[in-house]
Amino acid sequence: MNAVLTQVRDNRSNKIEPVDPMTPAPCRVMRRRRENHDTFTLEIAHENGLVGFEFQPGQFNMLYVHGVGEVPISISGDFRKSDRIIHTTRDVGTVTRGLARLRAGDTLGIRGPFGVGWPMRSAEGRNVVIVAGGIGLAPLRPVIYQILAARSHFGQVALLYGARTPEDLLFRREFNAWRRKGIVVHETVDRADGSWRGHVGVVTAMIQKVEFELVGAIGMICGPEVMIRFTVNGLRGRNMAGNDIYVSMERNMKCAVGFCGHCQYGPEFICRDGPVFPYDRIERLFAIREL
Amino acid sequence: MRSMVQKLAEHPFMTEFVDEQLELIARGAGEVEFEEGAFLFREHEDADRFYLIVEGSVALKIHVPQTGPVPIQTLSAGQALGWSWMMPPYKWHFDARAFSPVKAIVLDGEYLRRLFQDNSEIGYRFLRRITMVLAERLQATRLQLLDVYQVAT
Repeated sequence: MNAVLTQVRDNRSNKIEPVDPMTPAPCRVMRRRRENHDTFTLEIAHENGLVGFEFQPGQFNMLYVHGVGEVPISISGDFRKSDRIIHTTRDVGTVTRGLARLRAGDTLGIRGPFGVGWPMRSAEGRNVVIVAGGIGLAPLRPVIYQILAARSHFGQVALLYGARTPEDLLFRREFNAWRRKGIVVHETVDRADGSWRGHVGVVTAMIQKVEFELVGAIGMICGPEVMIRFTVNGLRGRNMAGNDIYVSMERNMKCAVGFCGHCQYGPEFICRDGPVFPYDRIERLFAIREL
Repeated sequence: MRSMVQKLAEHPFMTEFVDEQLELIARGAGEVEFEEGAFLFREHEDADRFYLIVEGSVALKIHVPQTGPVPIQTLSAGQALGWSWMMPPYKWHFDARAFSPVKAIVLDGEYLRRLFQDNSEIGYRFLRRITMVLAERLQATRLQLLDVYQVAT
């Protein structure tokens, strides 16, 4: 469901009220978890009680830090836990640093969810290869949760995950549980010291470790744009079609509803038409450096 | 029991060779196994072998003074390992250490060099395959150098 956060229940009156998509809903941080040196996860609940917050894996919310500003952050949580909105991000900018300073009990505003997510319905009955780089695993974690919730509805599934160093790998505590439930997980890092017992190399090199058939499979890629380009080449080398490969794009999103044009990407607005696109729809845009 | 020609034919590196060529290559081939932690070769030693990994993973490491061995890359089943046997000074540039129990086909480097001299068709195909592997690894190295994860995603 392409839901917008329009339903909010006032605990005192038990009245369900609509919220304008341009108006941040008052929310409160319930829990904050430090994932690594620069990445953290916030568990957020609506101030007045949230009525079945629904989202598609790959959608994002606009998070508003009072007095600082607003920033688009993908949802990284489990769609079944509708009482909490989960966001994982890095503290690399003014607003995200403001988010990083929030603690349990602090308030913030949320608009959303926005955008087009991953093609979960198209993926049903097919093999799935998920390729994530760095923080790019956060918008893909809801995909994994949805697959795990209906594992028999999907074919073979592989997660290929690359990060800069072992310390940068996100959600490692969940990998074994994912493996036990039938997802092949290959993790790799670009650089490591001698204590690292895992794989070293770029994530694109992991594609050849996928042992199942990729022709007809669905590919989902999220990470730095350069990594996306190399990954697409790798998947095409396994004869995947461009319209079976989906990528999550990032530009400077402001309004989140396709009005302001800040995130215009050729004829597309990332916030409204994306952030997830079938690769063949935007392939030609990758070659235009001015974009 | 499968012959060495069959085993070579099943390895992804050798897919471009025909049986007659594989028979010639197989004359310089053998099978080896390494326990986890064993060295396939060490930096500065004579580079006289070419490996086709059949099972397991191998970590390539370089020794950094006052730091110790630093892993550079991990290679796995289906991949080729080592090209220092092809060109002078025929010395390994890295350590190659079994990351897990490893089974591999090992080809004699000196035998291969002589074979390439005598049979330019095999030499061409072999170098073509090696070049593809080198190109992949060069691209991967460039991607590593870009340090893409430092940029916000």
